[in-house]
Amino acid sequence: MAGLSKVLVIGSGPIIIGQAAEFDYAGAQACKSLREEGITTVLVNSNPATIMTDEGIADIVYIEPLTVEVVERIIERERPEGLLPTLGGQTGLNLAVELADTGILDKYNVRMLGTPLETIKKAEERSLFKQLILEIGEPIPESVTVNTVGEAREFALSIGLPLIVRPSYTLGGTGGGIVHTMAELEATVENGLASSMSHQVLVERCLLGWKEIEYEVMRDAADNCITICNMENIDPMGVHTGDSIVVAPSQTLTDKEYQMLRSASLKIIRALRIEGGCNIQFALTPGPVVARKWAPDQLNADGSQYYIIEVNPRVSRSSALASKATGYPIARVAAKIAAGKRLDEIPNRVTGKTMAVFEPALDYCVIKIPRWPFDKFAGGDRTLGSQMKATGEVMAIERCFEAGLQKAVRSLEIGRRSLLWEDKSWSDADGHINYPLHANDMRLWALMAALRRKMDPEQLAEQTGIDPWFLHKMSNIVKLEQRLLSEDLNPELLWQAKRLGFSDEQISTLGDMLPDQVRQLRNRWNIKPVYKMVDTCAAEFDAETPYFYSTYEVENEAESLTGSKAVVIGSGPIRIGQGIEFDYCSVHSAWALKEAGYKSIMVNSNPETVSTDFDTSDRLYFEPLDGESVLDILENENSKLLVSAFTPSVLQFGGQTAINLAASLSRNNSPILGSNAEIIDLAEDRRRFEDFLNHQGIPQPPGTGVTTISQGQEVARTLGYPVLVRPSYVLGGRGMEITQNQEELTRYMEQALELDERHPILIDKYFEGKEVEVDAVSDGTDVLIPGIMEHIERTGVHSGDSIAVYPAAGLSKDEANTLVDYTVRTGLALGIKGLMNIQFVIMRGNSGEQSSIYMLEVNPRASRTIPFISKVTGVPMVRIATKVMLGISLREQGYKTGLYGKKALVGVKAPVFSMSKLTGVDTYLSPEMKSTGEVMGIDLTYEAALAKALIAAGLMLPSQGALLFSIADKNKAEALPIIRGFYDLGYQIYATRGTADMIKEHDMDVKAISRKLNEGHPNIVEIIGSGSVVGVVNTVTGGRIPLQDGFHIRRASTERRIPCFTSLDTAGAVLKVLSQGSQSYNVKPLSQYLGS
Amino acid sequence: MSGKAILALVDGTVYRGEAFGAETTAFGEIIFITSMTGYQEMLTDPSFAGQIVVPTYPLIGNYGINPDDVESAKIQVRGFVLREYCPVPSNRRSEGTLEDYLKEANIPGLSGIDTRSLTRHIRSKGVMMGILTSDLTSGEALHELKQLPDYGDTDFVREVSIANAFEWEGGQKRQTYRYNMVIVDMGLRFNIARILSRLGCRVTVVPCTFSSQEILAMQPDGVVLSPGPGNPALLDYAIENIKGLLGKKPVLGICLGHQLIGRAFGADTFKLKFGHRGANHPVCDLATGKVHITSQNHGYAIDADTLKGGLQVSHINLNDGTIEGLRHSSMPIISIQYHAEGSPGPQDNTYIFDRFLQMVSEVKG
Ligand SMILES: Nc1ncnc2c1ncn2[C@@H]1O[C@H](COP(=O)(O)OP(=O)(O)O)[C@@H](O)[C@H]1O
Ligand SMILES: Nc1ncnc2c1ncn2[C@@H]1O[C@H](COP(=O)(O)OP(=O)(O)O)[C@@H](O)[C@H]1O
Ligand SMILES: [Mg+2]
Ligand SMILES: [Mg+2]
Repeated sequence: MAGLSKVLVIGSGPIIIGQAAEFDYAGAQACKSLREEGITTVLVNSNPATIMTDEGIADIVYIEPLTVEVVERIIERERPEGLLPTLGGQTGLNLAVELADTGILDKYNVRMLGTPLETIKKAEERSLFKQLILEIGEPIPESVTVNTVGEAREFALSIGLPLIVRPSYTLGGTGGGIVHTMAELEATVENGLASSMSHQVLVERCLLGWKEIEYEVMRDAADNCITICNMENIDPMGVHTGDSIVVAPSQTLTDKEYQMLRSASLKIIRALRIEGGCNIQFALTPGPVVARKWAPDQLNADGSQYYIIEVNPRVSRSSALASKATGYPIARVAAKIAAGKRLDEIPNRVTGKTMAVFEPALDYCVIKIPRWPFDKFAGGDRTLGSQMKATGEVMAIERCFEAGLQKAVRSLEIGRRSLLWEDKSWSDADGHINYPLHANDMRLWALMAALRRKMDPEQLAEQTGIDPWFLHKMSNIVKLEQRLLSEDLNPELLWQAKRLGFSDEQISTLGDMLPDQVRQLRNRWNIKPVYKMVDTCAAEFDAETPYFYSTYEVENEAESLTGSKAVVIGSGPIRIGQGIEFDYCSVHSAWALKEAGYKSIMVNSNPETVSTDFDTSDRLYFEPLDGESVLDILENENSKLLVSAFTPSVLQFGGQTAINLAASLSRNNSPILGSNAEIIDLAEDRRRFEDFLNHQGIPQPPGTGVTTISQGQEVARTLGYPVLVRPSYVLGGRGMEITQNQEELTRYMEQALELDERHPILIDKYFEGKEVEVDAVSDGTDVLIPGIMEHIERTGVHSGDSIAVYPAAGLSKDEANTLVDYTVRTGLALGIKGLMNIQFVIMRGNSGEQSSIYMLEVNPRASRTIPFISKVTGVPMVRIATKVMLGISLREQGYKTGLYGKKALVGVKAPVFSMSKLTGVDTYLSPEMKSTGEVMGIDLTYEAALAKALIAAGLMLPSQGALLFSIADKNKAEALPIIRGFYDLGYQIYATRGTADMIKEHDMDVKAISRKLNEGHPNIVEIIGSGSVVGVVNTVTGGRIPLQDGFHIRRASTERRIPCFTSLDTAGAVLKVLSQGSQSYNVKPLSQYLGS
Repeated sequence: MSGKAILALVDGTVYRGEAFGAETTAFGEIIFITSMTGYQEMLTDPSFAGQIVVPTYPLIGNYGINPDDVESAKIQVRGFVLREYCPVPSNRRSEGTLEDYLKEANIPGLSGIDTRSLTRHIRSKGVMMGILTSDLTSGEALHELKQLPDYGDTDFVREVSIANAFEWEGGQKRQTYRYNMVIVDMGLRFNIARILSRLGCRVTVVPCTFSSQEILAMQPDGVVLSPGPGNPALLDYAIENIKGLLGKKPVLGICLGHQLIGRAFGADTFKLKFGHRGANHPVCDLATGKVHITSQNHGYAIDADTLKGGLQVSHINLNDGTIEGLRHSSMPIISIQYHAEGSPGPQDNTYIFDRFLQMVSEVKG
């Protein structure tokens, strides 16, 4: 494209539900792609845990809040000719639209690349979209666009319920939903209007039970159009595509139906004049069995009817999935198109021979299953609808559907849950069953259970709206389960079982043996997986992609790689507590291996990520991350059988997923690079670790593991309340709680014991103090600490949910020295080789008295803060650690023991939550991690950095308005100065009774409102709902069952999308920023902060 | 699905799987096709006469069989080889299973084999003859193979062409037709007739043995030379007739029809190593510079270096640069190597029919 030398790319910001790692994948690919075209890329993103924000991807990187003001300042500084709006998800798209609407793009004459503005509007603004679709004569469901609840009612009266409410410019169905009653309609429309950028929602005829089909389409400026992939949602219309189990390509469509939708897709992308990629969602007439109940009017309609549901004029979660499912790099090609290239001018990197203008042919089938957070939020509303709830997803590739489905389930890592899992509470007493067969996160297992109880697939299809084809496939799995239960295992049966995707573990359970025995049998009978290539062309051409999946067939295409090599174990699906940070680390480790002259082999099951981009490593195995598949891969790579020549694995970067493999790998004497299984166990097993620390003379909060309730009560009594309780071996603080007294403890133990019988419950003394965190890398001789991070929230708020500040300004010299000393000694004594992460609590005595420091935990692996600390200190932790593992010492790499020199900057990492998507979940901060993502604010002063972090995280308050306080008695005294602070800044104060009384006593004006929902109006929830307050401060009384109204306060502010602070420390930080003039911050490239 | 069956290739390679469809023995040229949907259209495509077809997509039979999605009156393939056969189909138009469909036509199927490795084998070694059998041992099968005529030496067009001319009834009857079209059936795919009659043509289908005089006597406004199976070098009788039409009437050649036009003007045809069979081949229309995704099914192609007699290349394949379309510098003749009628495959290329009718109307004046 003439005169295009500099382009601004907007990233998607923090990971939230509906917008996850897929945009780091897309953005990183696009930046590389533009580079190849000789274009300078300027990137802005607020999320530090992204590959796209690393050097080597974009030319100039800004880690700044994604606001119009900030981006204008960047444009003013950089003067790009073009803006690429379609890579940053909904966030990037909406920001681009604002930049255009506010005239900023014109002012600096920045061209919108790829998809023109009016197209974005036509696709996103539901009313314009409807108009366009009608103009080109394509079918779209009956609907009205409304700006008021009244209009919605009218429509409902005219065509009847149920209806679906769909806001414009939102993500993951935010603020929408399917409504069955007038009351629901009104509530949902209000919420929808609130969440829509254009204050507009679509109220539409409901097509529940119809097939939901997606097409990924691309178009270039010369009007060449292709479809990359189509996908069939197993869950029919009514369940968000992001929450649906999806199969690619479609399985139940004839060629006529396939081409009908394909032709419509091309027509639409042409009408929208999109230059790049888009995702089109269709509803298609269900088959007769389903139609009987869900669409009777379609039963004897001739031909299949379809409707267009929506178009996403940008790369999306689905396009990432399609890229991984087909091997076709959509984002890369879209970027080239935006830069003016034609599809027939772009080479197909996969075959190396053909061009990008073709349609991938699959010779396998791909299954995606969403990963929902309900293992952590058991209390949440688990039903699935038009609003997305999944935090991540897994993908599996196989040669048949059954095997793909089972592989995907293994990849989910919900405990060690296979399709055999059934919930204890499910029963089919006297014939009628209570399995959750409605749309919810357990439906897949419920369906299996029902089939096991001989329920008829067709009947289940009619009941659920899922096409019978899928249920018949699932019943094939059940049939083989029966055989494995009843017959003796023989080579033929074992082969059949593996062909259908049964894991060794499942087979052993059904055949009543040990998993290892099954493995031995497989060896004896030589039943091993082969690896086939994902080549975009179904083997028609000789391809070069190093992208493989396992299957039980005849021919193996993955000859073991020659030369020195190592396997990097990825981190699987994104879930709360194990997010994109670990993919970031895996990718860097692969790169570091390459630098060191090793071939890197990546194993992962997450289609959203950069790590599963086939050109990140020398070879990619798209596989579950369990012992069986990793061992199989290692066997495939171990060319020689001498143990010394075995391929080593890197486990430190794949979060707990990879760490958990240590034991089984070393049992099979498979070498582990860096800290070995013994070291890992020593750090992870709280008992052993306790002895270790005692031995080192490093204090730790006293505590022990217990297995009975009485034991627990005894221990707690001696420790003294409050105590912190948790099951052992947890990630993201799962099941962790602070209990204030005996009955809270007892209640916790009753639930928690069944959470996981295999491990005891751990009871620690709860120290409420300052929490600090360090990441360190050790080579056995030296221990490098890039920096210390100080948490703004005191202990009791999970490290992943608290705001972390670098450098730790609030520490005394002694304290810092002690931290370094403890860290270095721990690293050396444990024998850590590579990374570790330690959290401490600092208890300060009254002034003068010297404070005591306790070690909370050591994670013998990369932690969530690695990307952050690497970026703010400029110390590439993963690269260093990987090289250490390969035997290159820290000194050789130019580092030495101790704390790395402080940078003259301040970095603040703030958590981001997705609570508006998770109805029924309590939002208060606790030792249990709840956030889904993070942002970073970086600047020269603490206040400015903090301000940017708060803005980017959506925690900043407007400069005036009213605040609502509802403070638990135990915090009242402490809250007073904070309330005073806001009061003095001119905020009006609302408060609940008790809090209000206290405020009055200290003569400030305050509006008292009834705490109880049933005592008079307006009550708190109404105050919040009506938008009279701009923020809420609410501390919890403690315990697992918070006061109902406290819960309502927090939910109400979430629905209203206003900040709700449950920790006084956070509120204090916000106050500090506001009182020190938050608006004066820098906007600079990351490199310049580091340089300074 | 009961017994075992084998597929034996002439080079000695043997694949073992389960028999489905008719339990009998069939031989033919083994070819693979990469379309992911449209197995019923494949089965009934006369261009597959004499061939044992291997879809690269592993799950076949999913949506059953219906009365409408046929491209000719019967199953044309010799045998069908799959990774997995789906015995319980699901689709609103499904009226039966693939297995019964094959049984009724006495066509054998083989499932449960590593079709990807078979595809890779053919890709590297080239297409070859093979036997699909559930009653012969591999030894017997390989012995049989030696005796059999090679695919390239057999004229399949005579087998698949109709006996007597007939008028296409598919379309809605009209009083007046825009044009009078004659299709020479050398292995007609119904969708060509469907599209022409949808475009308002009166369509008459005639046998491949019809002479040019007989065709001209019908006073067509245009003639379509249909696709068809096999080696174009064996079809001199057809080429004679075609010569009698060229220049006299507007002619559209599709696939085999296209190859025969080439030969009629003296060009050579050659056999591709493993053919073009699928629904994803990019073809560039040199007139517009636009790229279209096309449906293809051919094992032979025109040798570009031998083009003569005013034929010009109008379309090329972007994967391997082979000729995908021709036009004549002075006569009203166009031809395409791919299937503008799709089925299975994309519907992006029907513009070719519009282009042809445009030509017809200009000639007709
Ligand atoms: N008219 C409808 N009837 C039933 N379900 C619908 C309808 N429209 C949308 N949905 C469901 O809602 C989901 C989300 O709608 P969509 O417009 O795609 O939201 P988003 O923009 O968040 O993807 C869709 O995936 C589909 O399952
Ligand atoms: N003994 C303790 N006293 C006070 N707070 C604690 C104690 N143990 C843990 N915590 C708090 O709980 C949070 C989670 O505990 P941690 O052991 O880090 O779990 P995880 O393994 O999930 O990171 C910590 O970040 C800290 O805030
Ligand atoms: Mg959608
Ligand atoms: Mg922790």
